[in-house]
Amino acid sequence: MLLLIIKRMANAIFVILAVSLLAFTIFKFLGDPVQLMLNPQATQQERDQLTERLGLNDPVPVQFAKFVFNAARGEFGMSYRNQMPVMEVIAQRFPATFELVLVSSVMALLIGLPLGVFAAIRGGTVMARVFHLISMIGVSVPAFVIGILLILVFSIELKWLPAFGRGKVVDLGFWTTGFLTPSGRAALVMPSISLALFQISFIMRLVTAEMLEVLRTDFIRFAKARGLKARAIYFRHGLRNCMMPVVTMTGMLIGDLIAFTLVTEIVFQWPGMGFLFVQSVQYVDIPVMAAYLMIVCCIFITINLIVDLIYVVVDPRVDQLVRGGGNGH
Amino acid sequence: MNQPLARQASAERPVAPLLTVRGLSVEFVTRRGSSRALDRVSFDMAPGEILGLVGESGAGKSLSGNAIIGLIDPPGHVVEGEINFEGKRIDNLAPNQMRRLRGRRIAAIFQDPLTSLDPLMRIGDQITETILTHLSMSRAAARARALELLKAVGIPAPEVRIDHYPHQFSGGMRQRVVIALAVCADPKLIIADEPTTALDVSIQAQITALLKTMCREHGTAILLVTHDMGVIADTADRVAVMYAGRLVEIGPIEEVLRSPRHVYTAGLIGSIPSLNRRRERLVQIDGSMPRPGAVPSGCAFAPRCPKRILKCDERPELMPFGNSQVACWRAEESHSYV
Repeated sequence: MLLLIIKRMANAIFVILAVSLLAFTIFKFLGDPVQLMLNPQATQQERDQLTERLGLNDPVPVQFAKFVFNAARGEFGMSYRNQMPVMEVIAQRFPATFELVLVSSVMALLIGLPLGVFAAIRGGTVMARVFHLISMIGVSVPAFVIGILLILVFSIELKWLPAFGRGKVVDLGFWTTGFLTPSGRAALVMPSISLALFQISFIMRLVTAEMLEVLRTDFIRFAKARGLKARAIYFRHGLRNCMMPVVTMTGMLIGDLIAFTLVTEIVFQWPGMGFLFVQSVQYVDIPVMAAYLMIVCCIFITINLIVDLIYVVVDPRVDQLVRGGGNGH
Repeated sequence: MNQPLARQASAERPVAPLLTVRGLSVEFVTRRGSSRALDRVSFDMAPGEILGLVGESGAGKSLSGNAIIGLIDPPGHVVEGEINFEGKRIDNLAPNQMRRLRGRRIAAIFQDPLTSLDPLMRIGDQITETILTHLSMSRAAARARALELLKAVGIPAPEVRIDHYPHQFSGGMRQRVVIALAVCADPKLIIADEPTTALDVSIQAQITALLKTMCREHGTAILLVTHDMGVIADTADRVAVMYAGRLVEIGPIEEVLRSPRHVYTAGLIGSIPSLNRRRERLVQIDGSMPRPGAVPSGCAFAPRCPKRILKCDERPELMPFGNSQVACWRAEESHSYV
């Protein structure tokens, strides 16, 4: 287990370095920070001073080393647009995205898993077909269309739910949460549904496919011959044995969610990181973009690490595989 | 081998039979109509008896076993006949009632021990899970019972092994675990479907012997389904021979081995390899068994039979012959397959 963590960490460091090189490249070659930061009337001397102060005269490898070093400490410089440290800007926006993604993922699993199992067990029934059809719509209609439709129905026509924003949030000092107020919770409903619909459908279809595969295996047949109850057969033995691909996909889906929130956040004017990123693209706020890239990368890596650890918990064979040399990857 | 009690029980019936199968037919519905895979099969089993069910692949022997435990895969279904177990009819039970019977009164062992166990669950948990489903006892008592069972089936260091996962066992050891699982609620009948086919030859005899001892000790009957006449010759009290979904001969093992009454049985016996018998070649039965749906209306074996007569166009029913029953028009002759 420990060995696995160390191996994965080593991998992660390489990935982070690669991404930071990318982020640095954006920093370095996309737009001229000096031009962006000074007003057009600045003299050549002012320009030179700023260039020197920003360390832009150093050799490129030195600049990269500085960038990585600062990034490791969470220093991404100042946002060009609102003249605040980048990390502060992102820290303000992070809770909104995190809560949205969290609610969507939980929803995706809580709804997708049971529906998937149901569709697998009750294959031919009308209900299963209806779910299957809905899931088809779920995977094929983009999230922003769903979002707009939801707004149209529930905000404009029925006036039940707010169309934009996060509602009232409670500031816990290091974190702002929408979970604690009624308006915060109401505001979460539609964005998380529109974000989760694809994930629900996807997980459902994945679980159905995997379950059908597992239910054909000998050990399920033997479990039936042992006279186990249907619930034990389907969940304890069936579902558990399709968890490997489900865990993998869920990890990737959460990564996807972070990317897709970008669209959903715009539709619902959700003050999260995705919205921030789009704004910073509009203003060519390169430090924010670079920091966003790095943070999303770290989140991806963390999720993958967690997924790998869950493997070990779910399947006893994985641990042995890793210990036995682990060349299989 | 020398357990006179069970032998007598099978030889001098009728003690109330444990299982009676009467006129059982199973059909598979496909797009091109239905085909009959099991055709009016009837046999009895006495308590504690080992009945070998032998035949080629597709003869319907596994299907008979599956029909008894109510686990025929769709689109197969029972179209006629009945199955009685311990005096009660079981082929028409509601799914949940049948489930209570499975594992508790009738257990099953399948061919491949490598895939019969849930790979993600410790074997001890799989055993206790089964025990707790059928018997009311505490978790601790169930675990103690599981430990005992593992010891009884010959797993070394059971107190350590009980917490191991299936992949940590060899094939033979896994089949021992499967046997422990089958007997854990003390069933009266075990359907053993090719229990040794997937194992190394050296392990096969051990597992067969183990199965036999376990059952003799608890008075459990075994329906031993196999294509290997040799295994049956070593293990069973009686043998039932199947061909193309029909039962063609059933009788005490010595009698059938000594003087097979059905030409097909004679052929099967001739195909047992033996170290003692010196022979140029093993017997080979020409042709192949008809597919379900293409079985001739008369004797199913007639097209391949070297002793076919005109009467064979008519289907022979099982007829008593000594202690056996045979479905062959030429049963009165003694056959040595040529």
